[in-house]
Amino acid sequence: MALLEVKDLRTSFKTEDGIVKAVDGVSFSVEKGQTLGIVGESGCGKSVTCLTIMGLNSKRNTTSSGEALWKGKDLLTMKHRELREIRGDDMSMIFQDPMTSLNPVHTIGKQLVEAVQLHRDVTGRVARARALELLKAVGIPKAETRIDDYPHQFSGGMRQRVMIAMALVNDPDLLIADEPTTALDVTTQAQILNLMKRLQQDFGSAIIIITHDLGVVAETADDVLVMYAAKVVEQANVSDLFNRPQHPYTWGLMGSLPRLEADTERLVQIPGQPPSLLRPPSGCRFHPRCPYVMNICRETEPGLDPTQRDPAHLQRCHLDEETKEREAAKLLEATMAEAAG
Amino acid sequence: MATTDVATRSEEYTPVGDELLVVQDVKKHFPITRGIIFQKAIGSVKAVDGVSFGIRPGETLGIVGESGCGKSTLARCIVRLLDSTDGAITFEGRDITKLSRMQMRPIRREMTMIFQDPYASLNPRKRVGFIIGEPLEVHKLGTPSEVKTRVQELLEVVGLNPEHYNRFPHEFSGGQRQRIGVARALAVNPKLIVCDEPVSALDVSVQAQILNLLKDLQDDFGLTYVFIAHDLNVVRHISDRVLVMYLGKIAEIADRDALYKEPKHPYTGALLSAVPIPNPEEGRKREAIVLEGDVPSPVNPPSGCRFHPRCPRFVEGHCDVEDPPLYPFGAGHVAACHYPLERWPMKADEMRRTSGSPREPTPA
Repeated sequence: MALLEVKDLRTSFKTEDGIVKAVDGVSFSVEKGQTLGIVGESGCGKSVTCLTIMGLNSKRNTTSSGEALWKGKDLLTMKHRELREIRGDDMSMIFQDPMTSLNPVHTIGKQLVEAVQLHRDVTGRVARARALELLKAVGIPKAETRIDDYPHQFSGGMRQRVMIAMALVNDPDLLIADEPTTALDVTTQAQILNLMKRLQQDFGSAIIIITHDLGVVAETADDVLVMYAAKVVEQANVSDLFNRPQHPYTWGLMGSLPRLEADTERLVQIPGQPPSLLRPPSGCRFHPRCPYVMNICRETEPGLDPTQRDPAHLQRCHLDEETKEREAAKLLEATMAEAAG
Repeated sequence: MATTDVATRSEEYTPVGDELLVVQDVKKHFPITRGIIFQKAIGSVKAVDGVSFGIRPGETLGIVGESGCGKSTLARCIVRLLDSTDGAITFEGRDITKLSRMQMRPIRREMTMIFQDPYASLNPRKRVGFIIGEPLEVHKLGTPSEVKTRVQELLEVVGLNPEHYNRFPHEFSGGQRQRIGVARALAVNPKLIVCDEPVSALDVSVQAQILNLLKDLQDDFGLTYVFIAHDLNVVRHISDRVLVMYLGKIAEIADRDALYKEPKHPYTGALLSAVPIPNPEEGRKREAIVLEGDVPSPVNPPSGCRFHPRCPRFVEGHCDVEDPPLYPFGAGHVAACHYPLERWPMKADEMRRTSGSPREPTPA
């Protein structure tokens, strides 16, 4: 049984302007010790997917349907109390912005101890020892003294480490990291990604990493979901996705990336901008920006179907397989040739 | 291209004559004060601490570095949004650091700036037409109807619909707002545009649109850019030369290809190796050089070479004592390191081994 199995997850928000379908039929599963990457641009629904799984959306204006099976039990229909027991214990989350997700009026030690004592019936002393152990594990220098510091006394990278320590303090089976390195410099990003990899090896946790950076995905994930306008447009294991991308949006993302190893004069740009989810385009949601658009794309929405070559590689596009293979090969060749030259 | 060959201990930049802008030993120190009525300075943040370089017309100089290295402060000093503490900034042969507000006015037409956050840098209460046309009014360039025609022309140049003249900023997406920012910077026909992280807040697909736009505008209008970013891929894409800053000082300057293919400063190497590669096979094969710790405080920078506490090639008794000058490495390539990298790429443990004797300092 998969650790987490999400089936046909849908989340919509009621707003003044109408109903926004932020997640529209997303399915995936995560196994123990595995890393799943979710990529997409802002507003594609990647964060909302995870917030829904964690039950962190506002109850007031949100409706969700589908299933999110955590070890066989549905998180969406679970009682609030049960969910609280899982959240922060078996399943925890690292938020994007380390500057705003720590409480500024409490020491980090107090916040870590709170996380332990919510789930474990232990004395303050034991909880503090555990907190200290984690701070050392995430590489905070002089953890013994820094544990009594306030968040503002830490730099961005250090705060993100504290966030990771807090997420790991109860040995979670699943760690959801929402853009964990976006607010950080490259050097700090490398430190944090290394740390997450090491902790995964040590603790055997599964990780869902949400990011817009294809480079981060390539270096960390085993499987990847590419999301566009609330839907999954491509799903594959990481080497398949990068070596045989099958969706024009994925090609666009890869082409629009300036690369260290490549000398491109002009970047491939995806024209236009992501559509509003209030009124998503008819047919395939990518069709207004797609250079390969056909008549059928405007009318019928393609299903998320496996490719002939690999049943595990799913894609949502009407183009015939031959064209896709050819275009993917072309894209790859272009980047490879530049890398060599 | 040999503009910075003569780099010596005094860290002066020797102009070759045709530069648009020469920055000479510029410093910007922010005082730290204590007390409410009688404020006395108890120290200073040395945000920019002696930076010299030159930019030729039509060139793009990229500036990279971690947050807090002083790159934005430097940008603001160049366009004189901040007054530098020391040093000279020569624009078209004229030192602008000592000019009065009135004397500065005509020069403000020649150099403009594009800001990082397209959400915060446009006045939400003003219409787009006013925002773009304001520089023209300030400099009294044309009658209201001429301004309007010019604004519509600019909207078209940056790829927006000229009919959107009367809209408010909130009606535009992030990428479109950044286009408005670009149009405003272009309005007065400047020679130099300082771009401070213009694409950092944008999604990748939109980022590519703006980068392409900036390149096209440069070709069409012969613009010169100072392009600041923390993303090394973006800087490489847009720049002709790249300047790497660390803690208020220059770590390395080189032509783009030289910098990315043969970096000399260990800090440049570490930065390059930390960039994730969007290719699963290559990315995982490679071993990143992970720097320990954070950028030190610019209030109390480390002695000697400022990078020494984090440097994998640190040599005790040398690096922490003697501040390295900018040593030359071929055409226009300088780096401030006593033990420069012999080759690239390098693995972390190879980097740690320092080979041979310290580099002979070049005579002044």
